[in-house]
Amino acid sequence: MKLGKRWSAPFIIMIIAGTVIPICSIVYYGFTSRKGGFTLSNITAMAEPEHLEALGLALLLALISTLVCLILAFPMAMILRESKYGKQGFMVFVFILPMWMNFLLRTMAWQVLLERNGVINSVLGAIGLPKQQLMNTPGAVVLGMVYDFLPFMILPIYNVVSKIDNHLIEAAYDLGADKAYVYRKVIIPLSVPGIVSGITMVFIPGLTTFVISNMLGGGKINLIGNIIEQEFTVNSNWYLGSGLSLVMMIFIIISMLLLAKFDKTGESSFI
Amino acid sequence: MKKKIAVIGLVFAMVFTMTALTSCGGGSGAGENGEVYVYCYGDYFDPEIIEDFEAETGIKVILDSYDTAEEMYPVIKNNAVDYDVVCTSDYMVEKMIKEGLLQPVDKSNIPNLENIDPVYLEKSEVFDPGNQYAVPHMVGVAGIVYNKTEVGDTVIDSWADLWDPKFADSIVMPDSVRDDFMISLRKLGYDQNTTDPKEIEAAANELIAQKPLVYKYANDAARDLLIDGSANIGVVWNGEYAYILDYNDDIGYCVPKEGTEFFIDSWVIPANAKNKANAEAWINYLCEADVAATNFEYLYYTTPNKAAYDLIDEEYLNNPAIFPTEDILARCDSLRTLDDETIDVYSNYWKQVKAS
Amino acid sequence: MKKAFSSIYMVIMMLFLYLPIVTLVVLSFNESKSMAKFTRFSLKWYEEMLGSRMIMSAIKNTFTIAILAALIATIIGTLAVIGLDAMTVRSQNILLGFNNIPMLNADIVTGIALMLSFLLFGVSLGYKTILFSHITFCIPYVILSVRPRMNKYTDTLFEAALDLGASRGYAFRKIIMPELWPGITSGFLLSFTMSVDDFIITHFTRGAGINTISTLIYSQVKVGIRPSLFALSTVIFAVALIVLLVVNILPGRRAKRAALEV
Repeated sequence: MKLGKRWSAPFIIMIIAGTVIPICSIVYYGFTSRKGGFTLSNITAMAEPEHLEALGLALLLALISTLVCLILAFPMAMILRESKYGKQGFMVFVFILPMWMNFLLRTMAWQVLLERNGVINSVLGAIGLPKQQLMNTPGAVVLGMVYDFLPFMILPIYNVVSKIDNHLIEAAYDLGADKAYVYRKVIIPLSVPGIVSGITMVFIPGLTTFVISNMLGGGKINLIGNIIEQEFTVNSNWYLGSGLSLVMMIFIIISMLLLAKFDKTGESSFI
Repeated sequence: MKKKIAVIGLVFAMVFTMTALTSCGGGSGAGENGEVYVYCYGDYFDPEIIEDFEAETGIKVILDSYDTAEEMYPVIKNNAVDYDVVCTSDYMVEKMIKEGLLQPVDKSNIPNLENIDPVYLEKSEVFDPGNQYAVPHMVGVAGIVYNKTEVGDTVIDSWADLWDPKFADSIVMPDSVRDDFMISLRKLGYDQNTTDPKEIEAAANELIAQKPLVYKYANDAARDLLIDGSANIGVVWNGEYAYILDYNDDIGYCVPKEGTEFFIDSWVIPANAKNKANAEAWINYLCEADVAATNFEYLYYTTPNKAAYDLIDEEYLNNPAIFPTEDILARCDSLRTLDDETIDVYSNYWKQVKAS
Repeated sequence: MKKAFSSIYMVIMMLFLYLPIVTLVVLSFNESKSMAKFTRFSLKWYEEMLGSRMIMSAIKNTFTIAILAALIATIIGTLAVIGLDAMTVRSQNILLGFNNIPMLNADIVTGIALMLSFLLFGVSLGYKTILFSHITFCIPYVILSVRPRMNKYTDTLFEAALDLGASRGYAFRKIIMPELWPGITSGFLLSFTMSVDDFIITHFTRGAGINTISTLIYSQVKVGIRPSLFALSTVIFAVALIVLLVVNILPGRRAKRAALEV
């Protein structure tokens, strides 16, 4: 359908003003040393063991969270799809509703729940189970990520599965496919664009978060986001912070390119 | 379809109602005597005094807050916003004076300066020689708080107690490079403002050794963890201790024998302030005895305002944790600004501590 | 059996999603300032909230920015999706690559990058810079929501409509808009919610005397959050909840009829 490229004009202007120019300033900082000259040291700094380790840990936690979100979200999206018409809008809203509670406060609420003498441990204690060390662990950070980003996985998947034509599924059954086969050959392939969107929306904020690891990791879980944030806010070394961000950006772009390969339809490719 | 439109419509309606309701409360134009742009740590004085100040002077206050001094610094430095009066910490005042970002305060416009305890003015000379630029607002002393029952017979009087395996997994340390290095440098008997890489390395190794024992690195949460018993020993500012006592009187406080860090947060006027006279009126107002007493009761940090002592409950005044004695003050030093290279050394070792 | 599983699954998910929210609501009625202990029921934080000029102006800023940013981003984003469809795959990919940068980037980098550019061009930080930044980061969400709905199927239908003699405008209204509409609404709601929820980018692009709810909360972290902010969040949440209930439950019959038109 050719309605005309010019419809994109405001978008292109916004891209230049809101993305290209700011990225240029970050690039400028990333390749400048504290004393003012050109340097590569802010970029190569990512190879230092502390930085690599933080990147690795962030990668691991973000991958786990993404996987957990996917496993939780897909059945949810299917349930929403199959629920009665009238309830659909309502249910979708129910998943957006928690986002109306401020994100910082919602994350902080988990502190109250997970703390050593917090709500969950009190409940465990009341039914005679031993107290668990829940806070300040990688698990708590993963929980926080899953909690904060789950709606971003559910909504795009739901958006796609709700569009799958029921006739397709019925036709598959009529032709003798069993349930697993229908999922494998019809439903999952058709929901790939949504899954890819969902993965992007969960993985990237997970990889770069610093607020969640700060609040639920007790300062013991140091992710690459924490390091970059510290460079900007505590060490006032914008140059190093910009350099590390550039490397991280490129890293993310590469992983998204890999991910986009799965989305063969190209309908929702990202790069 | 229509239903979805209705949803959107209602969201709009809701938002506009809220804005309409709230906008009545807000902006009421400039005050008759102009404005003053105040930049301060979040929640650092009783918000009610703003209205009192406006009523008394006819100057409208535009208050903005920040979280860390490092966050405030680029804003002032880059002239992003013209603030008239800023409240910030000692080392940052020093840095800003050196870089010419501040202008001297006209003392004749601040008659209430005489309310300030000379002890604190003298201590301020370290970062502001001659007390030309800064007027103290709040003072805090870092110390150890501990759960008396859990600690039992152990006498807590040294930073080394934070390395005691007895407290494994119930120690709360600050989540800030300089504060943690202060503790470990002092434990080793070094200067908390050292620039010697060897001393910094030794301190970092101490922190790495301590990390498995630490329950959490946190700034604000330490007090809540002690109140509910999730942690047994931690490092907090004395103002937090007074707050803890309100909920749990089984908590003790001590200033370790190796000495400690203290801060003097002061009001300063940026060089590019547009309403200097109003800024001075603001500082003068905050130095009034009853205002300082109100702020003390709001925050429980040590007020340097001697005239306010008459208005403060004896119980607080006689508590050395809240109003440090001369003996304790003699053991306190403020953090100093370091050069970029040393900051990088600290921050690299800190990353190693965090990654260990 | 299957239905039972669905219901149980829903309940568990609801618990997971709403437990922290219930916690905050409970804390907003806690007389004590501490998050660790519930001393007794009190409404004093609600009073404090209503009396606080800072909180009130933060509410106003948060919501006016969110509504404007979501609206503008939805318009620009939807137009972009339509325009993109007319482009070659190559230029589409280039533009979408740029489009994804704000999403791919750490928020803090986006925030700092925007702040640096504003300073570079001598734009003083304030309401407008926050609004601009919010539009920037909302557009990708709109495009992500709308674009999956613009596919070959839509193209084919549109062309079929033209072949059958529909005017372009008519075919656009009758084919494309209904196809895109669910994506547009979810893009708008998502943008609106993201904008209300954003903290990091706002933090770096705001100026004197301007706070949103998030930055106000964060500024209190150093000395401990006052529960009046829990009260504030509870009120906002309650309003959103009421809107939801009014829309979905009360007009049962009308909703059913409307739903059939979806």
